[in-house]
Amino acid sequence: METLLSIIFIYIFVENFVLHRFFGICPFLGVSRKMETAIGMSMAVIFVMTMATLVTWLLYTFVLIPFNLGYLQIVTFILVIASLVQLVETVLRKISPTLYQGLGIFLPLITTNCAVLAVTLLAVRLEFAFIESIVFALAASVGFSLALIIMAGIRERLEMANMPDVLQGSAVTLITAGILSIAFLGFQGMLSL
Amino acid sequence: MEPKNVYLQDLTRGLVKENPVFVSLLGMCPLLGVTGFLFYGFGMGVATTAVTIGGTLIVSLLRNLIPKQVRIPIFIVVVATFVTVIEMSLEAFQPALHEALGVFVPLIVCNCLILGRLEAFSSKRPVLRSVADGLGAGLGFTLALVILAFVREVLGHGTLLGPDPDTVVQLFGPNFEAMTIFAQPAGAFIALGLLLALFNMMMKRFNI
Repeated sequence: METLLSIIFIYIFVENFVLHRFFGICPFLGVSRKMETAIGMSMAVIFVMTMATLVTWLLYTFVLIPFNLGYLQIVTFILVIASLVQLVETVLRKISPTLYQGLGIFLPLITTNCAVLAVTLLAVRLEFAFIESIVFALAASVGFSLALIIMAGIRERLEMANMPDVLQGSAVTLITAGILSIAFLGFQGMLSL
Repeated sequence: MEPKNVYLQDLTRGLVKENPVFVSLLGMCPLLGVTGFLFYGFGMGVATTAVTIGGTLIVSLLRNLIPKQVRIPIFIVVVATFVTVIEMSLEAFQPALHEALGVFVPLIVCNCLILGRLEAFSSKRPVLRSVADGLGAGLGFTLALVILAFVREVLGHGTLLGPDPDTVVQLFGPNFEAMTIFAQPAGAFIALGLLLALFNMMMKRFNI
């Protein structure tokens, strides 16, 4: 229980996936312009990351390792993520059109979100047990969402700000992310596994 | 008909004018993640360039055989195969670098720069032009990595060619206080943001 709690705290705050580990910067810069899209993307990422980790962990432990296929790790994982995204998209469209409308456009983008591949790879490379992996994926995706939503809140204000035109767009977003990352530095060293 | 010129154009396009990082903002994760030291940034650039060349070569060779509907999964498998090869080679020949880059090596698969080149260029063009284009994009990415890593290493550690104690060069005297913020994640964001602004300014000034 204690390990699970520390995994949650560490991967939401201390080693935040976006601000400390630099995974998933593309969606972080791309969809943080509006709060609405940021929330939609966050939900999609939480869902896909947890599902993907569940599937890849089982696949890795019960198929790749027993058959000595460890070298297929990268190929398998990325294919699992890509097909999972496709599957989720199809299922959502059938079952819950409202949810699909909210998440639909973000799902294809997730395949190339490196945070998802990172979480599945790290779960097996850090040798987490099954439950730990799921909690790890959940915490990492919540951390991603936290960063994304904070950023969206800041950027909505930033639109109105007056600044040199060379800074506008991604340059100022990156600098803001840097300042946000300094704030998260405060959590550093608080806990470790 | 100036065949030589076309290859040269394909090669140089990715360097400045369509630089994958400064213009298209692709491949940001490894760019921020591994640029603490110049050596790591350079290593990452070479690895990514190698994967890009391999991917563009195979995809442009197979461009008439790949069915349109499933092209993206096929591109991903091709890239993932080359990434596996690179990761194993790194582990065998450069274990320290492999250790330092960590999970960013397998994450080359997700680098949109590579998939972007495959989708936009290699799947429609002959082999040599595709490879020239892939090499150009890879070099442009490496250039960005090296610049950012140089800035971060000099400001954040006050060294060059670190952290290996055999090659490290102390740039400043013993009383130098490094700006550790640039060695931290926060400094990566700030340095890249400022570099982007600088790049925008230069582009505007020289009307590129």
